[in-house]
Amino acid sequence: MSAIQPNVQQPQPVSEEMELVRRAKRGDDSAFEELVRRYDRNVFRIAQHITQNREDAEDVVQDAFLKAYGNLAQFQEQSKFYTWLVRIAVNEALMRLRRRRPERMVSLDEEVKTEDDSVPREVADWSPNPEQMYNQSELRDILTRTIQGLPPGFRTVFVLRDVEGLSTEETAQALELSIPAVKSRLLRARLQLRERLSRFFQKRTNGNGDEKISGDGDQ
Amino acid sequence: MKCTEFLNELTGYLDGVIDAQTKAELEDHLAWCHNCYVVCDTTKKTIEIYRNQELYELPDDLRGRLQTAIMSKCTAHKKAGPQKV
Repeated sequence: MSAIQPNVQQPQPVSEEMELVRRAKRGDDSAFEELVRRYDRNVFRIAQHITQNREDAEDVVQDAFLKAYGNLAQFQEQSKFYTWLVRIAVNEALMRLRRRRPERMVSLDEEVKTEDDSVPREVADWSPNPEQMYNQSELRDILTRTIQGLPPGFRTVFVLRDVEGLSTEETAQALELSIPAVKSRLLRARLQLRERLSRFFQKRTNGNGDEKISGDGDQ
Repeated sequence: MKCTEFLNELTGYLDGVIDAQTKAELEDHLAWCHNCYVVCDTTKKTIEIYRNQELYELPDDLRGRLQTAIMSKCTAHKKAGPQKV
């Protein structure tokens, strides 16, 4: 079994990007606009994964870029601009999530349940082509509901590492978590998602012992 | 290697960031432990599915509106002079 290939949507080379940042710092708004165009889709995805609300995500995109613009002088260039921007966006998104759910403690630091919440229980193999078991909108619905079921601290680590392709170190920087905390949350997030998706994607057998594919899993 | 030890190394294994000796031990475990093989394989598929299916795409029209709003707020901010955002 081979390792997973890095996400193809990696941010642009740092030196070229840092040049844009420096131009923006000197007051060149077209350079900042290029940074907006480069990362608005990523920020929107991250914001919607955290807030689970489209209007909030739209506000987060605007507020995060405006905050980045207003605080560019404070950006020390010790990390990638994208990592710095993600950190701002995650904080904005968490703030909105807290506002919407004041009854629930929303924190990336929350200790979630017990240590065995990720021990695999479902070990049935999946269909060879799980993505073809459902039509596009059904599949997206399953994936969305499944990831929304994870605690925010796990969901956010999974999205930054596995969907957006940040490294462990960048994720730790963006979320102000330690590297071991990122690793631990990533493992638990991956295992919990796997467990939940198994209900939909596993191979089923009929009474004759023949394998058949069935996609009637429910949460 | 026990199954719990395998699980602890799973993330590093899937990301390809473990040393050669640990990798060999993990693959030795995978060769005889069917459950861990399935967990490893389906975890890998889980990650790939979320990468392949871009949830929450930003539609072009909304994207255009957001970009315009962001840049006009930035311009207003600049005109208003230095202040905390």
